[in-house]
Amino acid sequence: MKLGLYPGCSLKGGSREYKESVAALAEAFEIELYEIPDWNCCGATAAHNLNHDLSLSLPARIIALAEKEGLEEIVVPCAACYSRLSITVHELKNDENLRKKISEIIQIEYKGTIRILNIIQMIQKYIGKKIQGRIINPFNYKVACYYGCLLVRPHQILKFDRPEDPQTMDVLLKEIGATPIDWAYKVECCGAGMSVSRTDIVAMLSGKIMKDAIDRGAEAIIVICPMCHSNLDMRRPEINKYLCQKTDIPVIYISQAIGMAIGIDSLSLGLHRHFVPVSLPVKEKTVEENQG
Amino acid sequence: MSSEIHIHHDKHILSGEILSQTGVLAAKCYQCGKCSAGCPLSDEMDYPPSVIMRMLQTGFSENEEKVLRSYTIWLCVTCEMCYERCPMEIDIPVVMDFLREKSLKLKKTNKKAKDIIAFHKAFLSTVNKTGRLFEIGLIAGYKLNTFHLTQDVALAPKMLSRGKLPLLPEKIKNKKNIADIFNKTLKNKEKNI
Repeated sequence: MKLGLYPGCSLKGGSREYKESVAALAEAFEIELYEIPDWNCCGATAAHNLNHDLSLSLPARIIALAEKEGLEEIVVPCAACYSRLSITVHELKNDENLRKKISEIIQIEYKGTIRILNIIQMIQKYIGKKIQGRIINPFNYKVACYYGCLLVRPHQILKFDRPEDPQTMDVLLKEIGATPIDWAYKVECCGAGMSVSRTDIVAMLSGKIMKDAIDRGAEAIIVICPMCHSNLDMRRPEINKYLCQKTDIPVIYISQAIGMAIGIDSLSLGLHRHFVPVSLPVKEKTVEENQG
Repeated sequence: MSSEIHIHHDKHILSGEILSQTGVLAAKCYQCGKCSAGCPLSDEMDYPPSVIMRMLQTGFSENEEKVLRSYTIWLCVTCEMCYERCPMEIDIPVVMDFLREKSLKLKKTNKKAKDIIAFHKAFLSTVNKTGRLFEIGLIAGYKLNTFHLTQDVALAPKMLSRGKLPLLPEKIKNKKNIADIFNKTLKNKEKNI
């Protein structure tokens, strides 16, 4: 089945390795991804901070375009875009007057019946058990699965996983041979869109996340959001300064981790684009871990 | 209905306006403080979220003024933790969105929030022009509006060498559609967007 893709702006620019690795994964498991034609920015933090109607209209246009293409389901890998699109569908579903108003603004018929999948739901639905049997390099590391804010909150709208101690990513990482750690910052905020306007806040919030992951023995942090990635990866000098500690653990998208485990080359996964080098040695599974 | 609840239905006070515009009833807050405890930025704020809610409940204009002029509403990163943990399920992030828009409209924005607002405006300005975010345009617009000209200059070449900073904007075909959306929603009220 054809699965619609809304990449969003980050995946075309600062986080292009996320799109590259999602595309590589889709190819490996024969998922046909169809990019929504002429898609626009979802408005991100800026739109909902400054204007409510704009924050609904921009995602509504994207959804309307997808529906015009006859798509029944789209995957939105960026957690922030996923949140904006899901909130828009929710708000417009519950308010007919608002739906009319926004349809009038975007000048495209909007139904709001499309299913929106996040990256984990896409992997669960279209890859799932197929991972087993494809693993060439078990991802034999202790990992901190970092969900961040917008994949799991607000639960009232997204209804995905558990809001306080989510498990879906942990389960997937176990399937590729990793050992997810139990840690306290799974769903804490990285500082999100404050990266430029209050870099000090990002250094503090991301620094706390980094420290807890390292203190509990993580060898990599696994993420699903471009903002989390750029804050934990690109802002590492600021984080290290905040922590007074030189940290060097890599931050890896879930699509990259699975790609590495099934033997997709690092160039196709965009690993060379990270600021903190992804230098994880290939490890054999120990007897103890095999039994575990 | 007690008088305390009654005032929240009065559209002349801020909490009444919030109720009619967003459906969120500030009176439901019983000050347990879970929002402020879970908020990652309450230490940085002038009023933690629970205090904002309390000030709204009073309906006093001096408190409403403090709320609209607060730094809190701009520091809020919409991480949604407060809403998740609120035992009364009060959608505080939606209230924050409403307060930001109102504060901007009434030109009551907190001076310390200047950079944060400049970033949001620069972001939307590039989206308005091309339909998608153009990172170089965003940074240039932000720097010109804030005079933080040297900030992050070392970052650009590193992003470029990793292919993370496209030199040309991605443009969508139906730019007019996007421009219309901006015109109809913002009505050119906001300078620089």
